[in-house]
Amino acid sequence: MADQAPTPGRILPAPEGHIRADQLRAAGTARRAFMGKALAMGAGAAVAGRAAAAEPVGEKQILELPAHSTGLGQPVAARGYGQPSRWEGNLQRRESPGLTRVSAASVSFAPLQGLFGIITPNGLHFERHHQGWWDIDPSQHRLMINGLVKAPRVYTMDELMRMPSTSRIHFIECGANSGMEWGGVAVPTVQYTHGMLSCCEYTGVLLSTLLDACGAEVGSGTGDDRYVLAEGADGSSMTRTISMKAALDDVMVAWAMNGEMLRPENGYPLRLVVPGVQGVSWVKYLRRIEVGDQPWDTKDEVLHYVDMMPDGMLRQFTSIQEVKSVITSPSGGQTLLDHGYYNVTGLAWSGRGRIKRVDVSTDGGRNWRTARLESPVLPKALTRFNIDFTWDGSPAILQSRAIDETGHVQPKINQLRAVRGTRSIYHNNAIQSWRLLPSGEVGNVQVY
Amino acid sequence: MARRSTHRPAAAGIRALFLFAVALVMASGAALASPPGQAASAGPWVDLGRVATPDEVRAWDIDVRADFKGLPPGSGSVDDGMDIWDERCASCHGVFGESNEIFTPIVGGTSDADIERGRVAALADGSEPQRTTLMRLSRLSTLWDYTRRAMPWNAPKSLSVDEVYAVVAYILNMGGIIDDDFVLSDRNMAEVQARLPNRDGITFHRAMWDVDGKPDVQGDACMRDCGTTMDVHSAMPPFARDAHGNLALQNRVVGPVRGTDTTRDPPGTLEQAREFALAAASAGMAGAETGTAGTDVAGAPARLAQGHNCFSCHTRDQALVGPAFKAVANKYAGSPGAADRLVRAVKEGSQGVWGTVPMPPNAGVADADAGAIVKWILDGAP
Repeated sequence: MADQAPTPGRILPAPEGHIRADQLRAAGTARRAFMGKALAMGAGAAVAGRAAAAEPVGEKQILELPAHSTGLGQPVAARGYGQPSRWEGNLQRRESPGLTRVSAASVSFAPLQGLFGIITPNGLHFERHHQGWWDIDPSQHRLMINGLVKAPRVYTMDELMRMPSTSRIHFIECGANSGMEWGGVAVPTVQYTHGMLSCCEYTGVLLSTLLDACGAEVGSGTGDDRYVLAEGADGSSMTRTISMKAALDDVMVAWAMNGEMLRPENGYPLRLVVPGVQGVSWVKYLRRIEVGDQPWDTKDEVLHYVDMMPDGMLRQFTSIQEVKSVITSPSGGQTLLDHGYYNVTGLAWSGRGRIKRVDVSTDGGRNWRTARLESPVLPKALTRFNIDFTWDGSPAILQSRAIDETGHVQPKINQLRAVRGTRSIYHNNAIQSWRLLPSGEVGNVQVY
Repeated sequence: MARRSTHRPAAAGIRALFLFAVALVMASGAALASPPGQAASAGPWVDLGRVATPDEVRAWDIDVRADFKGLPPGSGSVDDGMDIWDERCASCHGVFGESNEIFTPIVGGTSDADIERGRVAALADGSEPQRTTLMRLSRLSTLWDYTRRAMPWNAPKSLSVDEVYAVVAYILNMGGIIDDDFVLSDRNMAEVQARLPNRDGITFHRAMWDVDGKPDVQGDACMRDCGTTMDVHSAMPPFARDAHGNLALQNRVVGPVRGTDTTRDPPGTLEQAREFALAAASAGMAGAETGTAGTDVAGAPARLAQGHNCFSCHTRDQALVGPAFKAVANKYAGSPGAADRLVRAVKEGSQGVWGTVPMPPNAGVADADAGAIVKWILDGAP
């Protein structure tokens, strides 16, 4: 092999310096010969073109070379932290006008209508702040664990990030997601009906690891005698009671989302991740964990995040986000540009485990077909579904219905209302209906 | 106004560094002093972290439970509460706690009969348009704890323990739950709890707290000829078509669909809809080329105002808690010295110019920032 002279022009597995001088000369000669031929051919073609004078037939996007095909592009690291294409500027998290009065105690919705797969880009993750967000110096942040523990402990970020870490994909959904729709249709698009929903790969240490390290009293295992309180470091110092069962199962103290540190809007440098449980329990800017023998009845357990039942009773601690799904495209506020084939796509999730099946109806729930679930199908994570749909121009009502691995079936809004009335605000996991009009416009409707 | 907020100049930073050094020293000490028997059950990382000092636990563990565990000793009168309320609380919650301008009202919707019964009738019959805090409140500890940890809105945790008792007393007094001469204290909280109008209005639904439980509502998995019609029971009303802005500019400019142009009436045909949607998408692409797509708050001064939370109380065009910026610009148009006066108002607070609601001082806003924001406001907040 080493004795054989490779033919000039052959691709070598090593840098060009390995080419011998004689090979280089041979290559140069060959190249000049080729160039000569090409020039001659080009001239001939030009002459032929003038003779025929035929306009080229086709799209200018193909026939006329654009600047990016005929010029030099941007260098590497022109942007040290990459940004989405400027053509993607329409996909933004947005507030729902009139929903809240103060933007520091408000919510911005993720643009689900334009997202793919199951992972939410960090910059489009929905936001919910109770008293504004902060960008906290991580070297000054502390996590304290106290209460029914052998000795209260304090951790720096340095110490937490040395702990045995785990990375898991989970959805986070605000308990008030779809809350504006209890009484009827109130908002136009999936961004506003379902956009208090995101899904990330979180990295952190399991809360159980920290509780073990502190010698926490974990109780009998029934979950009835020990509880955990999580508290934030921001102005609102959000507090929520976490079930000890969950704390010993899959609750995480996380510092990362989707491969990078948490975004400030999502609790940098530390947040609780409570898989399957409503977002309010995922305390941001986490500063303290307390172990106790009763729930705490905090503001967001007594005054908010309570289901108001028809008799006026407030039902607290309904924390699990039940099985739910929604078609994200085509969806409300979108217009189909033509008849023919469409891929109907959407998301399904359950706070109790994996999604087992998603069915889709195009006739308002009379007949259903089972959609394809894209992998991965993970517990307490978003699952992407797709199904074929050929639109013939007639009106259609698109719906999706999820079933989780525990056998729970996503209900219709009228089934929810029969039990909970219309004034509940929270925990609306109803089947969503989108009406497709002959004009191609899709709108938000309630059909049952 | 005392602003014990986190942004303080150099001294605080130096103090923090010192504490950090102390913490490091303590951390190494704690490792040696690990309680016996703990390491065996907890893995080799058990020495990470350190034992918290009792003072540190006291500084952070301020939660108060429904059984009043954690409630610090102290007291405050209704009278004192009224003074604090007018100064620190009324600007957001209204003089009588009735305001729904910024937040859900705190006071209203409860009756003596409710206090007697322990359930608020208006929650069941829906006779009140707003569900006030006192209508829903079933645990007095909740109101006390939240007031202490998170209020006032722009200076949380700045009330002393006695001030918290006083403010809570005043709220309860406005709701007719305690008398004008009442002094609320750690010794009588349980007594007042027994008078809360909605004290028996809450239930714990275990099945939806426990992951092994079961939701209260089930759907059905019917596949064919299921019991439904295509009746539309509810839809977006036509007048709300553009209530969330132009949806064409909230969707991608390529793909199987476009956003609907909600600045136009609904199109009659597919061809017309396609034409509208594509035109709107093109208009959106023009925005993308200039880099303004999706932006709402444009320009440096506006971002500055946003950064200093001015938009919490003001908007450009409409009065919110405070006057609209444009109204301020109109009022002071051509008035000499207006800029200086407004910078002072920003930094020191102001009251009486636009009504009774005081503007809180914002001493933490740098002079240069305040100047730039005021100039922008006087220019009509473009």
